[in-house]
Amino acid sequence: MNVFAIIGQVVLGTLAEIGALTRFIWLSVSHIFRPPFFWRLVAQQMLRIGYFSLPVVALTAFFTGGALALQIYYGGNSFNSESIVATIVALGITRELGPVLGGLMVAGRVSAAIAAELGTMRVTEQIDALTTLSTNPHKYLVVPRVVAAVVTLPLLVFIADIIGIMGGFVVSTGSLDFNAGVYVKNTADFLKLDDVTSGLIKAAVFGFIIATMGCFHGFNSKGGAQGVGRATTNAVVTASILILAANYVMTSLLFAN
Amino acid sequence: MSEAKIELRNVSKRFGKKVVLDGINLTVPKGESLVVIGGSGTGKSVMIKCVLGIIRPDSGQIFVDGKNVLKMDASEREKVLRKFGMLFQGAALFDSLPVWENVAFGLIQGRKMKRKQAKDIAIEKLAKVGLAAEVGELYPAELSGGMQKRVGLARAIAADPEIIFFDEPTTGLDPIMADVINDLIVDSVKDLGATTLSITHDMASARKIADKVAMIHKGKIIWAGSRAEVDDSGNAYVDQFIHGRADGPIQMEVLKP
Repeated sequence: MNVFAIIGQVVLGTLAEIGALTRFIWLSVSHIFRPPFFWRLVAQQMLRIGYFSLPVVALTAFFTGGALALQIYYGGNSFNSESIVATIVALGITRELGPVLGGLMVAGRVSAAIAAELGTMRVTEQIDALTTLSTNPHKYLVVPRVVAAVVTLPLLVFIADIIGIMGGFVVSTGSLDFNAGVYVKNTADFLKLDDVTSGLIKAAVFGFIIATMGCFHGFNSKGGAQGVGRATTNAVVTASILILAANYVMTSLLFAN
Repeated sequence: MSEAKIELRNVSKRFGKKVVLDGINLTVPKGESLVVIGGSGTGKSVMIKCVLGIIRPDSGQIFVDGKNVLKMDASEREKVLRKFGMLFQGAALFDSLPVWENVAFGLIQGRKMKRKQAKDIAIEKLAKVGLAAEVGELYPAELSGGMQKRVGLARAIAADPEIIFFDEPTTGLDPIMADVINDLIVDSVKDLGATTLSITHDMASARKIADKVAMIHKGKIIWAGSRAEVDDSGNAYVDQFIHGRADGPIQMEVLKP
């Protein structure tokens, strides 16, 4: 096969995939605002996506905050390190590391679980069965997961912010002998509301990406156990890459001025 | 001739280069039971999914009660779907829900019935397929294949549908359980006065549940007639199929050593 044929095939394949994804997102989003609403399922998904992700996200945030404090201290000028460490930990966690690392951890956990569950439902015809029972599968399966993820991710990241800053605080006061009161004062002085809200906006977008990728790949899986496995991998990989790409775009938009 | 409940006119569908349905013409008269026989991969399942709107055909027309379902918008289509019940090949029960909720699913989600009332109906339908009320509290994974099929049948008839589709109702069951399912199908259809369309390659099942038989081969209906006519159809394809011979006009795609 010649080079142009290969390039052509790749381009067409990619365009077809983008088209299918756009259609999928449109179908799902349009069902968010049309009754009936499945509140029970939203609550159930919030528990599964949000609450059960807490330990993972909390541990990630704590160790990241701690490591960040050490890096800044070792790498920085030790003259005014006391004020710099507190400030940079607070800004780094709330603006970037909290949402991005939290998002990636949840992507690994939740996108995979959603893709595996919906993928199995697809290959065992359970999704077709929904249609025959006059229930729209987008409304019943996709919408609750997307809504739950968009709502819970900011909450998770807010908790991650607090725990991440605490991680920095514990390391700074514990092993670097900083004054606790000064650390808290520096954090409070330099941290602005915008820093936190920008991170939470990012988190909501990441939540959308995580749930949508899990659902999309699960819905389109075919070919038995192997197909479900492939869907799971693709869901995690695409969700992670889209989170990082979206993070860059949002950082450049949110902090442009 | 009584009026047509379902009519397919020149329905075609291809996946990539593979032509699955090649101009299907088929009529199911009201209140009758039509069984479509044919080998694996001849397009039987795709045909049923086209009528249900799960797969969209490339060309042709599909009429339900004289109305072309392919020209309908989503809400009209949903109304038509309420007339249908379907028993899937693998039963396709929702494994996250207990048995009674599976049976009551169409009533609760599709028809907004109160859970209590829907549960009573579910238990009544389970009794109809010979399952005790206690089975309702179990989960699908705890049931044997034959029990799952019976739950699937109870779910298909739960909302008293006008039309029921059976996709390989006896596949994967022992001959005795297969006959039990056949009897249940005949009884429940008689009770409801429903129109049914079944696809199978099990001739024992076809002889038991069919009023009329049609044979599909390479995406076309090649023969149709009453149940009594099957044995002296004079059609070499039908003869080969009902007697299960390897030699004949139907050639399997098997490479000879």
